[in-house]
Amino acid sequence: MTLQFHDETFRDDYTFHNSPEGIRRFPFPFDQDSYMYSVNLEPHAGGRAGSPFEKRFDVDEHYVAEMRDREITLRDDPLRCQSLPHMELAGWDFLELVMVSKSEDYPDLFELHRDGDRWHWINRPLGIEQRFTFLDATTLPCGPLEYITRQTQGDHALLDQREGNLWMDAGMITSQADWSLDFDIGMNFFEWHAPVPKANEMGVFQRALKFLLNLQQGAPTRRLNWTMTVNPRLDTSPENYHKWGPEKRTITPATVGSKQYLRVELQTLWRLPRSNAIAFPIRCYLCSLEDIVTVPKWGRRLHRVLRDLPDELAEYKGFAVNRPVIVDYLEQFDDGAETSPGIFPD
Amino acid sequence: MPRTHFSPSITTRPVYPGLTSQGATPAILLADGAGAEAILDLAAQDRSVMDRAHLMFIPAGTDFGPRLAALNPRMYREAPSFAACLERFRKALADAHMGTQLYLAGTEGLIGQATAEALAAGLPADAIQSEHRGHIARRMQCVHCKGMTENVTTDPFVCSHCGLTLFVRDHFSRRLGAFQGVCVDAETPGLIPPVQEIKP
Amino acid sequence: MSAQMLRVTAREALSPLVTRFRFEHPEGAALPLFSGGAHVVVEMPDGDVLRRNAYSLISDPLDGSGYEIAVRREDGGRGGSVFLHRQVVVGDLLRISAPLNLFALDLRAKKHVMIAGGIGITPFVAQLKQLARLQMPFELHYAARSRAEAAGLALLPDLPQIHVHISDEGNRMDLGAVLGGQPLGTHVYTCGPEGLIDAVAETAARLGWPRGALHSEVFMAPPPGTPFTVTLARSGRTVTVGAHQSLLEALEAAQVPVDWSCRGGACGRCETGVSACHGQLEHHDHWLSDDEKSSQTKIMPCVSRFRGDTLILDL
Repeated sequence: MTLQFHDETFRDDYTFHNSPEGIRRFPFPFDQDSYMYSVNLEPHAGGRAGSPFEKRFDVDEHYVAEMRDREITLRDDPLRCQSLPHMELAGWDFLELVMVSKSEDYPDLFELHRDGDRWHWINRPLGIEQRFTFLDATTLPCGPLEYITRQTQGDHALLDQREGNLWMDAGMITSQADWSLDFDIGMNFFEWHAPVPKANEMGVFQRALKFLLNLQQGAPTRRLNWTMTVNPRLDTSPENYHKWGPEKRTITPATVGSKQYLRVELQTLWRLPRSNAIAFPIRCYLCSLEDIVTVPKWGRRLHRVLRDLPDELAEYKGFAVNRPVIVDYLEQFDDGAETSPGIFPD
Repeated sequence: MPRTHFSPSITTRPVYPGLTSQGATPAILLADGAGAEAILDLAAQDRSVMDRAHLMFIPAGTDFGPRLAALNPRMYREAPSFAACLERFRKALADAHMGTQLYLAGTEGLIGQATAEALAAGLPADAIQSEHRGHIARRMQCVHCKGMTENVTTDPFVCSHCGLTLFVRDHFSRRLGAFQGVCVDAETPGLIPPVQEIKP
Repeated sequence: MSAQMLRVTAREALSPLVTRFRFEHPEGAALPLFSGGAHVVVEMPDGDVLRRNAYSLISDPLDGSGYEIAVRREDGGRGGSVFLHRQVVVGDLLRISAPLNLFALDLRAKKHVMIAGGIGITPFVAQLKQLARLQMPFELHYAARSRAEAAGLALLPDLPQIHVHISDEGNRMDLGAVLGGQPLGTHVYTCGPEGLIDAVAETAARLGWPRGALHSEVFMAPPPGTPFTVTLARSGRTVTVGAHQSLLEALEAAQVPVDWSCRGGACGRCETGVSACHGQLEHHDHWLSDDEKSSQTKIMPCVSRFRGDTLILDL
């Protein structure tokens, strides 16, 4: 199947939409009717054909539009992409990982030709052709991390490993759930997770960190995270909170189905070879409630999860104020029937 | 003014365990206002700290200067502000060798900024000692305009650069030496909660 | 643990006790690149016993055409190094794990000072190549007892930043001089016997160095000890650990699956819960905290042992 890239927006008139196939492949994050914060890591080694888990870096119908939206965000605020000086090598590692993966997984869209350090990269969807010298940043229009993440959906953090900890020392963050790279850059694993309620007491970060410090090359791992967003907006940054914040209060029983989105992050973690850093892509998928409920299992389950979620988690995820309207809306799609295990549609 | 004791808080909240002498090794000492008393206590604990010390002091309206000078450090300098002594502080770090101790004392803003400078110069975090004295005002970065507002004592407060009303998020960046300020009425413009004094 | 079968394409004696081995992919495919300080685990089918030893890579981290290691023959060891020296010849196929780095350079450092004792030179050989490519300032100090034993001499380039200290020639390493007067932002890396690592730590502390600037890797092989028996909580089975066998090796020989990675007490991967312990755990790892060690509720089976009546593991 050839991908049809949408011409759509993630701001102003919000013309973003999922095709019927796009809805069916949405990574619905709940494998049971309730939710509690957990690390739930599993190997990122392929998945169901057509699902976002199948390829190493999923390219979908929103690719071109998302890259256009990133460009707008960066024009307004270049600090969304930063790399501390010691992270340039990790940037090259990540560029290589993405170029190799995409050219192998989507040969009709991307090509990579390598002759020693002389590389030739072709990105057909974005109309880019670049010849450059690997490990020589002066041969690219910008640093390696910025170059490749302007062409790769999702936010991307690069984590340096030292002193038995992971440090968020570089990133391209334009579609984040209310955290600021400019503020958090240089923080360690516990520091940047500090605002997550309860998880620290539960020891989940200690266990996750131990696991990640041993992450091996060629054995990437993944997990899903989620939140709720009003309108299909990628740039829900704290930087622009005063601009998009008012939109959060526009949810009414009449608009909730079309304006309230479930926002899912497919997070993957990769050990990088030369730098020993870890790449942490955070890929964002959006689906409106009215599209979610076209899959009956998801409509039932989402109603139960959101209805029973502890208040502090709704508060932390930033949708406590809209929860009653959301739950009321979803209730009509929950007939009380049993739901099947797993995340995929029946 | 005694040492400040902060209530236990979230992971990024800096703690200032106090100054302990590392003996007569090369040392850089920087203090503002009531931080001078921490330096005096340190010298009382072990006079030899001053043998190879470079002491910089920002009086901030206090009159501790003569007592600090009387400790007879190898180098002594008073400066009217942190900005005024920043280049001297940077030069001291650039000239320093491993084993040099850094002692910081005074307000959170001074400790935060000086720590950020020292880390950038390559000093590991565990080589920096700090002790909080004086007012508990915070140094805040506005997440929206990126401007720093010094000496914030209330929550919410008004950003001194862009004018937005910000709430004080308990999230601290060592790199910036500041807490994060986020627009308090972003979702409901004009609806500002009552102003409260910041507690330690 | 991902691993692949690689062919031995070269072996060369570097000293009477140390031999260099080179491994390449049988079809010539490129191997994963790595960072200086990384190690691989080499699997050695020695009769009925499957031996697994970790060795630092000494080849160029940015050269995927092959991996090289330098192995010191430990005649009193558990047999892995002797097997490599005596039985492995060019053309043999051995299973080699993906590289893993628990001794990486801190790339923020303004300068890197490396201190090696004996065979502890190996991780630095690859790090030197990485530093040359990154054009970062460094200094390396290599201490050996005699010139004949100093296998590292054959592996080190002739550079003014490399200092060799041969104690037989009266040229002992003066750690005070090495660590004194280093610029702010210097990081120190030590690899070798535990005594050298302790000496560097003591000298650094005396000179006021912060611990955060000190890195070390003990060349850790599972120490031998008296045989002991463990009971597995889930199956009720008992497993006996021989004098020259590690607990991990005994569990593997009994087909009990345990996750592992470095096999040297550093990475934490094989951490195993203890459900009952009547006796004394002999902790040899660098992973568990002192509190965890004294609580006797966790053990690292790759290096640690037991002495006493009963030990029941959560397996």
